[in-house]
Amino acid sequence: MKKRTLAVAASGAALALALSACGGGDTTSEPSGSAAAPASSGAAGPAGFNAGLDNVTNPSDKKGGVLKMAVTEDWDSVDPGDTYYGMSWNLLRIYGRPLVTYNPAPGAKGRELVPDLAESLGVASDGSKTWTYKLRAGLKYEDGTAITSKDVKYAVLRQLDKTTYVNGPTYFNDWLDLPKDFVSVYKTPDVNTDSAIETPDDQTVVFHLNKPYAGFDNFAALPATVPIPQAKDTGIKYRDHVLASGPYKFDKVEPGKQYTLIRNDQWDQATDPIRKALPDSYEITLGVQGDDLDNRIISGDLHIDVAGSGVQPAAIASVQQDPELNARADNPVTARTWYISLNPDVAPFDNIECRKAVLFAADRVSLQTAYGGQLAGEIATSLLPAGIGGWAKIDTYPTDTGDEAKAKAALTACGQPNGFEATMTFRADRPKEQAAAESLQQSLAKVGIKLTLKGFPTSEYFPAYAGKPSYMKENKIGLATNGWGADWNDGFGFLSQIIDSRTIREAGNYNLGVKDPAVDALVDQAFAELDTAKRDALWGQADAKVMEGAYVLPAVYAKGLLLRGKGVTNQFITGAFDMYDYLALGVE
Amino acid sequence: MTEHFLDVKNLQIHFPTDDGLVRSVDGLSFQLERGKTLGIVGESGSGKSVTSLGILGLHKGGRAKISGEIWLDGEELVSAGAEHVRKLRGKKMAMIFQDPLSAMHPYYTVGDQIIEAYRIHHKVAKKVARKHAVDLLGRVGIPQPDKRVDSYPHEFSGGMRQRAMIAMALSCDPTLLIADEPTTALDVTVQAQILDLMRDLQRDFDAALIIITHDLGVVAELADDILVMYGGKAIEYGTAEDIFERPEHPYTWGLLGSMPRLDREPTERLLPIKGSPPSLINVPAGCAFHPRCVFEGRTGGKANTEVPELAETEGGHLVRCHLPREERRAIWANEIKPNLESA
Amino acid sequence: MVTYIIRRLVGALVMLAVVSMVTFSIFFVVPRLAGVTATDFANRYVGRAATQETVVEVTKKLGLDDPVVVQYGRWVKGIFVGAEFDYGAGVEHCPAPCFGYSFVTKKPVWPELLDRLPVTLSLAAGASVIWLLAGVSVGVLSALKRGSVFDRGAMMIALSGVSLPPFFTGLIALSLFSYGLRITAPGGAYVPLTENPVEWAYSLILPWLTLAFLNAAAYARLTRAGMLETMGEDYIRTARAKGLRESKVIAKHGLRAALTPIVTIFGLDVGILLGGAILTENVFSLPGLGKYATGAISTQDLPKIMGFTMLAAFFIVMANLVVDLLYAVVDPRVRLS
Repeated sequence: MKKRTLAVAASGAALALALSACGGGDTTSEPSGSAAAPASSGAAGPAGFNAGLDNVTNPSDKKGGVLKMAVTEDWDSVDPGDTYYGMSWNLLRIYGRPLVTYNPAPGAKGRELVPDLAESLGVASDGSKTWTYKLRAGLKYEDGTAITSKDVKYAVLRQLDKTTYVNGPTYFNDWLDLPKDFVSVYKTPDVNTDSAIETPDDQTVVFHLNKPYAGFDNFAALPATVPIPQAKDTGIKYRDHVLASGPYKFDKVEPGKQYTLIRNDQWDQATDPIRKALPDSYEITLGVQGDDLDNRIISGDLHIDVAGSGVQPAAIASVQQDPELNARADNPVTARTWYISLNPDVAPFDNIECRKAVLFAADRVSLQTAYGGQLAGEIATSLLPAGIGGWAKIDTYPTDTGDEAKAKAALTACGQPNGFEATMTFRADRPKEQAAAESLQQSLAKVGIKLTLKGFPTSEYFPAYAGKPSYMKENKIGLATNGWGADWNDGFGFLSQIIDSRTIREAGNYNLGVKDPAVDALVDQAFAELDTAKRDALWGQADAKVMEGAYVLPAVYAKGLLLRGKGVTNQFITGAFDMYDYLALGVE
Repeated sequence: MTEHFLDVKNLQIHFPTDDGLVRSVDGLSFQLERGKTLGIVGESGSGKSVTSLGILGLHKGGRAKISGEIWLDGEELVSAGAEHVRKLRGKKMAMIFQDPLSAMHPYYTVGDQIIEAYRIHHKVAKKVARKHAVDLLGRVGIPQPDKRVDSYPHEFSGGMRQRAMIAMALSCDPTLLIADEPTTALDVTVQAQILDLMRDLQRDFDAALIIITHDLGVVAELADDILVMYGGKAIEYGTAEDIFERPEHPYTWGLLGSMPRLDREPTERLLPIKGSPPSLINVPAGCAFHPRCVFEGRTGGKANTEVPELAETEGGHLVRCHLPREERRAIWANEIKPNLESA
Repeated sequence: MVTYIIRRLVGALVMLAVVSMVTFSIFFVVPRLAGVTATDFANRYVGRAATQETVVEVTKKLGLDDPVVVQYGRWVKGIFVGAEFDYGAGVEHCPAPCFGYSFVTKKPVWPELLDRLPVTLSLAAGASVIWLLAGVSVGVLSALKRGSVFDRGAMMIALSGVSLPPFFTGLIALSLFSYGLRITAPGGAYVPLTENPVEWAYSLILPWLTLAFLNAAAYARLTRAGMLETMGEDYIRTARAKGLRESKVIAKHGLRAALTPIVTIFGLDVGILLGGAILTENVFSLPGLGKYATGAISTQDLPKIMGFTMLAAFFIVMANLVVDLLYAVVDPRVRLS
């Protein structure tokens, strides 16, 4: 599973909805930039460049004003129980309050969890199988009714109905200790669900898991815990009238066109230590053409690109050339990795030496260029991006232009001294993936590995081709471009879905190749480990194990090039979402 | 000043083109009185239509270079302003075009087009103009004119269209009427009807009439005078009697020989004129007709060196030919005329 | 005449039915032939986190496992009698004409189409008036001043207008006028006519001009060619011979005839445009039918695609009918039977 982010496809005519990120949905496209990066990128450029990475820029407590946001396309839903976009998870906190949320602070501090609806972080018992939260006092919805723990329970149970709420993640489905006869809140409304969630009183909610998980606060931070009173639930139509628990409520809901939010006068600052609620209202325009959106942010007509995945290629060029714009730009590394899966189901990739030959022969610099250059990504050495706990630099394989000698040695060890022929797929409508495939084709040819390239449309890529093990095996496709972004920025959020062989499904997978009992064992250990540092270390080990097995060829850790809006206060990149934090913003 | 109603003097109408100067009309002179009819005869490209448009002033403002004089009822038109000539057009001088299907606007009713013509020059209510149009249509022999006035040109037969066209030309009682191939598109019986109609109308209106045609037969009974044009110039000019009884130019002989007659198969041509009309850019040196002339050899070598003068042969009968007068007469009397008659 | 119209309307319905079947087939039959299964389809409309069971259930819920004919029949039935939709907390009746619910947003399609129509109508209305007036007048002037500097210049611009797509001219226009000179509204600034007519026009002026530029260029060329042809017609000479003023000769006799093909093309162009000006709407972020269509196609949202296609086809079919009727009015030689 993975959270989606939005970006617009690069070509002028391709105005399709484009979800950046790896896992991407039906029409995914790579993030941000494509232009070659200046040599100085990443380094401290002119004053102001990357200022938002670790600092609150333009800090202010001034209230009032209209914060103008826009996005190239509508996202899945504003219903907290039915959304899987990072920008949505970030944004929905202005109208909805989950039990726990991310600290609105720059950089790594933004990844810290802080209690929101709850008084404090979760209290674990029963060996981390039971988690208890106590709600703050005096919480109210926009209609003045009190928020109770039952509403939190209902909200979590409600979104388990994945045939109605197809978009959201399934963590609660997988981890809650649900009674066998429970189907959904609609179909089996009378089944007692106390074995999964208890509400001993109106302030207390207790979660019971089917297996221990020490990082449950990350679950509690999911939008699914934003309270919804059963009486107000209108199923899939709830998205038209989301009942606000946060400082803003919906004024206008026009899906595909615009949302406007105004102050929720029932929200009480006293119950909310993390939100400043500075602007008087939010105006969110949907379906704004990508280049136009950038231009409007540059000109000041618009404050924020909700997608938060970076500007279009045209604007990247402007940022590189215009010092003034450059000073307004931030270039964060995001929790997203572009990589190439090696499929051990297909000979000769069943032999580790042949897989290693690919990793040795690959020209990483050329791959980086293919993925958009230095502004768009750093050369990756493993799956886990640097920002995530447990990351350690792994230099098993060359990170420059490849090592032919070692590649040939590996080929010999594999019993294919003269190389072999293989097939690679990529998303045909993504120029960057095509460039990556072609780059690999060239560098592998130097050691005698002949690649045949086969492109498929993004919409079918994971459901029918690269994500479908049976198809890959039957058609003897050994390599596939791939990408992944974290649901939240820790080892579990990033790695669990792409290295755990037990998560591989019939179709729609982002992992084909990593099927290693040793890796699975490390994942299990990490799930159970209560100590954060130790848990992070375990994820780091798992990451290293994957590289040891040469199951993937990491290409780049993605970077986004974001622009700070004119007249926006308290703007900074939060490490939780690798985009601007939407809770702290204000207008001058 | 001139005493003639219409007096054209040394009219030249030249068109500069990318390929060179086209001398469509090159020094043409003729006269016409009210109540009289002039037939201008020639092949296509001889300059006859250009002449008629020139008289109407329709070349003004275009690329044409016009010189000479056109006197109409005491007014000189070549040097007159375009706007002034426009006001005369349709009122004092009117034109009947060939092929009325294309000459009438397909989107307007016949009545509308006549009404328009009338109201350009008469500030009257539409109703009055319409009444006038119905009268005119009746006068040119269209049955049920009060109904047909609302018909479109394509709803008329060819002859009816030509009648309507004539009605339109007559709408302002013009004193000079130019009919350009008025019967070409019509079948023979209708041709005769139309020609009869024109003769009647001319008498009633006391107009000066110019009939332009490639067919001498059309003007045989109508014209008082006949002007034969070739290559932009008059090559023979005289009374109808002169042209039909005593033609002196080999080209005229050819025209007479190719006249369709009711007693002959229309395809039969007794004295066909060989070759095709001359290019108006590279007019043949000497006599423009010499490349096609059967008697070229009898001119003593002048045919392709000298341009013959339009000279009087007898009593106002003008001929442009290098052949000596006696020779021409002898050829006509001995070689041509018997041939034509025996046929 | 009445029978003619009735016959044409029946023909239009048949045409729409054919269009709907073809669209349905393109969407369902063709991928099926390529080996895409019903659950593969459903995979497009479930979250990334969906389990196999979920996918199967969604397949059933959307009816994707039924034979294509059954699915098509259900869709047609919805148009005439409405349909039921399970929105989780209950079942909703979607009244006829029900073009189904979006697979992605779960919204009924028909109200959304109606909601977007005014935007496209606004765009089409303004742009078509501009391009018709501009194109025809430039074309007439060019024809009358054939070979002049004006003619050459205008035809050069017209050529570029025809060749440059709106996403190019539109972006240039935006950066020049909206962001450079700041005299026009930025993209996505659409204001409904009923809300504020002045702002409506202000927000649309640049899209109008962009779209009009593209078409005006074509119309200028067409008008010029038409005028050159008509002004050489015999009936123009006749009109002049009547002593008609040149201005009236041009307007009443020349233009009238030259406009006939223009009217035909104009009608069809407007019909096509009513189905959404896809590029222009996208460049200027106008929430019209064209934008709706791009979104629908990019998410492969069949009910939306079907709804949009039917509406667009309806406009085109109707435009054809109107043009044919209009043609008979304009040109008396044409008689309908």
